[in-house]
Parts: sequence; C-alpha cells; structure tokens
Amino acid sequence: MARYIIRRVLWGVLLLVLVSALTFVLFRVLPTGDPARLRAGRNATPMDIQEIRVNLGLNKPLIVQFWDYMKGIFLHFNLGYSYYSSAPVKSLIANRLPATISLTVGAAVIWLGSGLAVGIISAVRRHSKLDRTAMGTALVLISAPEYWLGLIALYLFASDIGQLKILPGANSYVGLSSDPGKWFTSLILPWLVLAATNAAIYARLIRGSLIEVMGEDYIRTARAKGLTERRVVLRHGLRSAINPVMTILGLDIGVLLGGAVLIETVFDIPGIGRLNYDAITHSDFPIVQGTVLIAALFIIVANIVVDIAYAYLDPRVRFS
Amino acid sequence: MSTDEPLLRVEDLRVEFPTDDGVVHAVDGISYEVAQGGTLGIVGESGSGKTVSSLTTMGLTRAQGARISGRILFEGRDLLECSEHEMRAIRGNDIAMIFQDPLSSLHPFFRIGSQLTEAVLTHRSVSRAQAQARAIELLELVGIPDPPRAVHEYPHEFSGGMRQRAMIAMALANDPKLLIADEPTTALDVTVQAQILALLERMQRELQMAIVIITHDLGVVAEIADDIAVMYAGRIVETASARTLFAQPQHPYAWGLLRSIPTLSGPREAELVPIPGTPPSLINRPSGCHFHPRCAWSQPDHARIDPALEDVPGEPGHRVACLLSVQERRRTWSELKAGQAPP
Repeated sequence: MARYIIRRVLWGVLLLVLVSALTFVLFRVLPTGDPARLRAGRNATPMDIQEIRVNLGLNKPLIVQFWDYMKGIFLHFNLGYSYYSSAPVKSLIANRLPATISLTVGAAVIWLGSGLAVGIISAVRRHSKLDRTAMGTALVLISAPEYWLGLIALYLFASDIGQLKILPGANSYVGLSSDPGKWFTSLILPWLVLAATNAAIYARLIRGSLIEVMGEDYIRTARAKGLTERRVVLRHGLRSAINPVMTILGLDIGVLLGGAVLIETVFDIPGIGRLNYDAITHSDFPIVQGTVLIAALFIIVANIVVDIAYAYLDPRVRFS
Repeated sequence: MSTDEPLLRVEDLRVEFPTDDGVVHAVDGISYEVAQGGTLGIVGESGSGKTVSSLTTMGLTRAQGARISGRILFEGRDLLECSEHEMRAIRGNDIAMIFQDPLSSLHPFFRIGSQLTEAVLTHRSVSRAQAQARAIELLELVGIPDPPRAVHEYPHEFSGGMRQRAMIAMALANDPKLLIADEPTTALDVTVQAQILALLERMQRELQMAIVIITHDLGVVAEIADDIAVMYAGRIVETASARTLFAQPQHPYAWGLLRSIPTLSGPREAELVPIPGTPPSLINRPSGCHFHPRCAWSQPDHARIDPALEDVPGEPGHRVACLLSVQERRRTWSELKAGQAPP
C-alpha cells in the first residue's frame, strides 16, 4: 500500500512538470499580448520595454526560462511574481483559496445530500409520478448552463438587482473569519447554482446505481433475513450503490478546487477561478501558470485519494 | 395444533405476473405438504415455477406486482394473509432460505461475521457480543475451520463450498422450523455438492427442521428427500415418496428426468436420453396436457384434455397428472427400464 502511494505520488509530480511545460509552451507560442509591453505602460520607450523584458527574464531562451521556473518551485516553493502587481503568485493563490474551498465544499454537501435523497426515493419508487417528476427536473437542470442559471438566480433573488431581494447577490463574498454570518448568506446563491447541476447528475447516478444493486442476489438474501425494507435499501443497497458515486465525487471536488471559473465570475467571488480568469485577460503569465498548476495538483491529489478510498470502500480491491 | 398437522401446507397456490407480453402463469394451482422435520424435494427444469413458489412462501414475490391466490398454511397460519410486518417476523426466523449462488448471495462489502450477527440481531434481543458469539458458534456448527478468524473475513476470501456453509449458518441463525434450499448445490463442484448435502442432512437431524429442497437434479433429491414433487410448466405433474418415484414413476416427464441421469450400474454403452424439446412458455402454454408436445406417448386428444392430479390406484400417496391409463404407464416404464426405446 505504501509503495503504491509513493509510486502514485511520483507519477503525480512528473505529471505536474509536464502540465507546467505545456502551459509554458502554449502561452508563449500562441499569440497573446507581450507581457513586457503591457507592464511598461502606454508611454514607454522601446528601451524601457527592453529593460523590463530583461528584468522578467523574458529575453532568455524558453527552455532556460522553464528551468528557472522549475528551480524556483522545487528549491524555494516559489511560483513567481505577477507581471502586474509584482505580488508573489503563491500568496495570491493562498489568499484566493478559502473562497474557492468555501464554494466547493458547501456546494458538494448540498448536491450530495439532495442527490442522495432524490436518487434513493426515485430508485425505490421507480416509475412512480414522483420518480418521473424528479428525473424530468434533473434532466432540465443538467441541460441548463451554469452561468445562465447563475444569472437567473441573481435576477430573481439578488438583494441589489433581484425581483425578490432576499439574498446577497454578486460581489458580496465575505471571508469566513471576518463574518461567518455574512460568509454564509453571501454563498447561498452560488452554492445552490453550483449544486443544482451536480445534484441532478448525482440523483440520476444514484438512482441508476441503486436500481442495479437492488436486483442483486444479496439483496434477496437481506430480505430473506427478515430485515425491514428501509434497512435493506439504506444499509445493503446503498452500501454498494454509493461506490461509483464516491469516485466521481472525489474527482468533481478536485476539479472545482482548481477554480469554479464560471460561478466565481458570475457571482464575482474572489476565488482561484476568478484569479485565473483575470490573469488570462491581462496576459499575467505567472498567475496563469500558478493557477493551472494548482488546479492540476488538486485533480491529481483527488485521483490518488479516490483510488486509496476505493480500497476501503471495496474490500475486494487490493493494490499490487 | 395436533402433531399430525403438517408444518407447511400449500393449497392451490397460483402466482401470475402481468407483463407487457402477457400474463406469466409461473405457478398454476399447486398443492403440497411438508411434515415437521420432513424433507420435500421439488424437481423441475428451469422455468417450471419451483423457485417462484418458494419465494412466495417467503413473501418475497409481493413487491413485483404478482397476483397470488390460494393458501400457504404454516403451522396453521395462512402466510398469504399475513401483513408485511408479520412476514418479516417469520422470514429468517421460522422460515429461512438459502440460494443457488453463495458468492452473489452474500454481500461483498460486509464481513461474514457482520452478516451473521445481523441475522441474529434482527430476530433476537441480544447484545452485539452475544450475537458475535452466536455467529462463531454457527460457523463451527457448519464446519468452517477457525471460526473466530473466519468471522472477520469477507465472502471473497472464502471458497465456494465455505460460502454455501456460511449461507447455511446464516439461515440457521434463529433455529428455523423450515429451511428452503433453492438449488443449494448447483453452483458447486461435485465433491463439494455431496458435502453440502451431508451438512444439510446433519443439520436437519440435529435441529429437527423441515427442508424444502428445490433442484433440477434428481440425484440431489434422491439423497435427501422423503417426498418428491415433480413440477412442469407451473404445475405439479407427479408426487410420491422418493422411494416410489424412483421405483415406479408414472409421468412421462418423470421418466425423462430419470432416464437423463447417468448411472454407474447400467451398461456402459447405454446412452443418456435427453427429453426432447424445450420447456414451454409460461405465457402461451400448450393446450390440454402441457407436456404433450414433448411426450412420445401423447394421443391426439391429449392436446385437448387437461389432466388433473389424481391418485394412482393401489398406491396411496402417489399422485400423477397423466392421461395415459395406469396399466399403460406401468407397462411402458417396465419396458423403458428394460432398455426399450420409446416409440
């Protein structure tokens, strides 16, 4: 098990280096604004621009720039500095992380809870009116684009522009440590919008998984023992049906921790996704590089965690 | 309740499933009895209704939209009249069941011990520790080596025979009065089959429970059953004591089953004789005698007349549903036994 984890971690590090290299090349090869010119301002002379270029190391060959960048990461855990504000990328990301984590974890709790409830009821009452209504609604939610749902939510409920001014709207995010109450209310709309699509996907997933499991022989055995139907479904059925869901949950959380770009942008939440979006529009390469790296890191870690968790969820799985 | 009252009496049980293609007549008016501590073997091909009839006894067909009629009297009480709540108190307690494939019948994610203790705790108010002790005792009883260690293992860590032993241990958790064994040996190796049958017989002696054993294999019931009911297309076509059925079978379908068993005593060149054709659809069953399309002795009017299950003259307890005369059937069977081929 320990050897398995070490091997996975080493592969993960290699993958991160590759992701960095790819981002590096893509950003330099594709036509974007010249960072030195952007930074130099409107009235800069070519001399100024050249000086900035040398200061940022942009005059060196690409491979040397990449080597310097990697050295910075591995030796000093330094992700570089913003071309714009000169702030260290590491601290920029660290400042933005709490908002993204708040958004992701809260939404995950909502979508897993509601997905489970709807999925289980739909599976147990298969083909009932309730099931059909729930699955129809799920289909609508899955098909609705997130940013559109976000805009609709703001239009309906935001305290500034909404028809029913009941919840804080865009740009209302407050950190958990500064005001827990405001933190909570400011995230209700983003949570619900982000959770809506996923809840629908999870409800369908859990329904399908549970229906399949309920046809298994060991469910008949559980009934033959004289257990209540509730216990048969919730203990014997769900225990098996939840496995594929847990796998996907881990990956979904990993992806979202890398930044929920659309939701963070629509609701103007200062998270990783918003940071990345702003950096791309400003050609602020070190921040783009840093956020991509962090996103990749979360996905790789989520993958490893899911695989390890699987061994605990399914005793038949053993690592070799 | 008097002592000569059977433990289980099934009267005119019918189970139908409405489907998109029509009504499936899975069980079509069967009646049988199982004495206290006795063993009934129900024999038939797949799709003959033998599993459905026993699942109905357990009250496990109700959820699937089945139409059920008749009576299932267990200790004088009609199980079909029982509420789901009352049935739960009976299932796994007074009546237990084991199934064909022990691997898929055990939950893959729970330890053997926890599956056993759950069976105990469902019907008894004992502590978890007492239930665990009972689980170890049960594994010991069914001959699983090192029970204190085995309770911590998962089903996939057991061999096929051990898994079926564990299933039997789980079924015996609450000292049932009736055990329904649905093809308990079909998924197992031949040597293990014999061990499992021996175990069932020993358990029956020690615990004095009745057994209904469902199988397609007459060899299995020959070893263990007191009485045999042969099912075909949802009906019982012949029923007798095991001894009588093997010595003097009356139904052409029973002849077919017997002639398709390999024996060591017969001449080596004697070929096994399969029953021609396939089991009938339970939606559109053949007219008249349901077996007539596959019967070598069928007469034109057998496609019209539906035979009733009737006593064989001079053989108490032996009943058969066949339109041939008793003399004809006795003559034919002795000819078949002598090695003569059917027409």
